[in-house]
Amino acid sequence: MSKSSSTISHGTKEAEPKLGGRGPSVPPIVGWGGDDWDNRPQGRRGPRERLHRYRLGIGLALVSIFIIFIALTSAYIVRMGTGHVDTITGDYIVDWKPLTLPGILWVNTILLIVSSVSMEFARRQVFREPLVTEEWLGMGTPTRTASLPWLGTTLVLGSAFLIGQVFAWRELYSRGVFLATNPSSSFFFMLTGAHAIHLTGGMVALMWAATVGIMARPLETRQIATDVSAWYWHAMGALWVYIFILLRFVR
Amino acid sequence: MSQPKSSPAQVAHPSSPGILRQILSFSTDHKTIGLQYFFLSLIAVLLGMALSLIMRLHIIWPQLRIPLLGEIKPETYLAFMTMHGTLMVFFVLSTAPQSGFGNLLLPSQIGAKQMAFPVLNMLSLWTTVVSFVVMLAALFVTGGAPISGWTQYPPLSAIEAAAPGNGLGMDLWIVSIAVFCFASLMGAINFLATTLRLRAKGMSLMRMPLTVWSWFVTSMLILLSFSVLLAAVLLLFSDRHWGTSFYLPAGLVVNGIAIATKNAGGSPLLWQHLFWFFGHPEVYIAILPGMGVTSHLISTFSRKRVFAYRAMVYSMLSIGVLGFLVWGHHMFVAGMNPNYVMAFSTLTLVIAVPSGVKTINWLGTLWGGRIRFTTPLLFSVGFISLFITGGLTGPILAQPEVDRYLHDTYFVVAHFHMIMGMAGVFALFAATYFWFPKMFADRLMNESFGRIHFWMTFIGAYATFLPMHFLGMAGHPRRYSQIQGSAEYIQKLLPLQTFITVWAIVLITAQLVFLFNFFRSMRLGKFSGANPWDSTTLEWAVPKPGQKIVVNHGPYEFGDFQSSGSQRDFVMQSDSPFLTSNPSDTRP
Ligand code: HEM
Ligand SMILES: [Cu+2]
Repeated sequence: MSKSSSTISHGTKEAEPKLGGRGPSVPPIVGWGGDDWDNRPQGRRGPRERLHRYRLGIGLALVSIFIIFIALTSAYIVRMGTGHVDTITGDYIVDWKPLTLPGILWVNTILLIVSSVSMEFARRQVFREPLVTEEWLGMGTPTRTASLPWLGTTLVLGSAFLIGQVFAWRELYSRGVFLATNPSSSFFFMLTGAHAIHLTGGMVALMWAATVGIMARPLETRQIATDVSAWYWHAMGALWVYIFILLRFVR
Repeated sequence: MSQPKSSPAQVAHPSSPGILRQILSFSTDHKTIGLQYFFLSLIAVLLGMALSLIMRLHIIWPQLRIPLLGEIKPETYLAFMTMHGTLMVFFVLSTAPQSGFGNLLLPSQIGAKQMAFPVLNMLSLWTTVVSFVVMLAALFVTGGAPISGWTQYPPLSAIEAAAPGNGLGMDLWIVSIAVFCFASLMGAINFLATTLRLRAKGMSLMRMPLTVWSWFVTSMLILLSFSVLLAAVLLLFSDRHWGTSFYLPAGLVVNGIAIATKNAGGSPLLWQHLFWFFGHPEVYIAILPGMGVTSHLISTFSRKRVFAYRAMVYSMLSIGVLGFLVWGHHMFVAGMNPNYVMAFSTLTLVIAVPSGVKTINWLGTLWGGRIRFTTPLLFSVGFISLFITGGLTGPILAQPEVDRYLHDTYFVVAHFHMIMGMAGVFALFAATYFWFPKMFADRLMNESFGRIHFWMTFIGAYATFLPMHFLGMAGHPRRYSQIQGSAEYIQKLLPLQTFITVWAIVLITAQLVFLFNFFRSMRLGKFSGANPWDSTTLEWAVPKPGQKIVVNHGPYEFGDFQSSGSQRDFVMQSDSPFLTSNPSDTRP
């Protein structure tokens, strides 16, 4: 017991625990007009601190989303080439039947790429120097009026893409191709379905950004909402292009 | 013996009813969330332990009727085994060391006030709770819990007719794990963003405590591996309900019933690849935070710097990378191209290098230290011991030819209980004893009870799991409920099984000592003062109101600081930069 009490004694010696030992403490570094962002260790570290944090967060989320699709892709490629030995005839059978994609997917792809462009416009508007300056000077909220129409356009294009995907699935159904029909169709529906779900998440993010804009929340909040949903949206666009190329050219 | 007096500030800390209210609140505070995770794991570990007790009793005493449970049929045993493994792996060892202690300490240790996304943090916690409740529900639905083990290999897990638990119980398992993946991913994003963005001024990467490094690397592993598990269970669910056959081959006959699959070429091996691509990193997710805690405590109680800090960091990173390249060692007998077998075997042996580096550095840190034998140190040394014992059987199992024999025997059970189960739990105990003051209002756990707990657990752990190696070498299969009436060579092993059960009971009883000490210390523990263990890291620093934390020192600065006017043998990370160790003090 004596050992443990000696370890504990430190707390008693310093009735009022101090930060630091006996040496002089660090002299405070004073910046101009309180904008020495470097010296705000526990709080904000610059006007874009929050934005960068959210960007990092969404970037990491995207990493994990991409991994889901990489896992599915590797399964896709392996499954494509594997077969089984027929126990009766002894033949090696590869049962993968290449799937002819519905043509509407080309249209959908273009819609999604265009929506990414309009989203980029929306994103740039909330950061545009002259508009941001006006807002700082208290002259209204011009970034809202500049970005909201683009956000709306993106939402419309995104919905059009999702509706187009539904049409693509319906076309396959009418051809008698369902989820369980063939491994190729299983993977088609899995990949496009999982992408659609993630894109729907992107639509929710866009609506959030739009709501924040319509409600005229503080500029920083609007910037973050638009910026972060834009990056997510671009990534979903890129993911779609990847999936489309995979399904179209690796059959 | 001087009793630390409670300062006025400490009197204001919440008492036990306050703790209950805190645990049931939707708080976004990182410490509260850490505690909530901790108690979630505590419930899970108690349940998992109860299940293991029932299993151990059943093995040697099959006629035993347990009240409320009735007769234990083979499938009941397997269901309990599955739940035991699942609870222990997911809800204990992937939850408490990372989400529990990580949340409790990560922001404090890097000098941040909060996690990067406090609301997301609360969401991760409650999503984990939902996942836990769904998992428990599997025990109570008709048919009971699934029986195919925590690894849930198809085709059995994909076919309802295969077993009673493979109906709703299996679906609940899948849903629970999917939700758990989601929760863990949210948590990992939060940990990474916090570590990368919210460090205090001066907290460079190479000044981060090794605990922080271990949570950081673990978060990366979670981010990269749980997504794969999510994809895998999605496909499994689809096979079960939507008629696909990702994992289902043609011509299946289960329980005398021919199973019709639409497509012929599905492969159970696909599951094994996806599962173990997650599963091997998962065992590092379970153990890396424990390694971090061990490094931290060994240094603190040896009053010495961590031996080769950088090597510790790099070995953690290389374990993280290599951990993704060895999953095939779980599949040596499953059928694989022999060249892959070679590669997986070799890479597995390579992992022994960074693991060895860590072990040697722990011993190097202890070597020549002024060791303070506190309970947390005992458990840390216990961790090293178990890590070595369990680790030595790793390279043995990594030999494909040897594994052909040992696969699916008790040898494997012994291996992973030593290196993952027991070592992981020892690190958790060490952390609990050490950071108890941070959890419950500056109180300490009782040392005497701690020592009793340690010795009973340490001896119990070895006595329970070491003999399992012999069972395995004798060819006793794992996941096997009935000894009576089975092959003669297995029946002959009954005395050893009885020995194991007796010691398992001792091991479990020892945990009552812990629980008693734990709950008693919450109300009656001695007050610790600000820094009871003379520790260097920021969670023990008490800045004056309004004072910003600035980091001026590395995380493990122990030694002689007399020359710069300090009576202490350590400098805290936030101490004045003018405190430097005596140049004549040559200890590393
Ligand atoms: C109280 C101490 C413990 C005892 C007595 C115990 C006992 C057992 C027993 C009897 C089995 C079934 C073996 C078989 O029939 O194949 C088992 C399986 C297992 N245990 Fe434990 N265990 C303990 C703690 C832990 C811990 C802390 C972990 C954390 C990793 C753990 C993880 C597992 C896993 C993953 C399995 C395999 C389940 C499966 O085959 O799917 N156990 N344990
Ligand atoms: Cu492994």
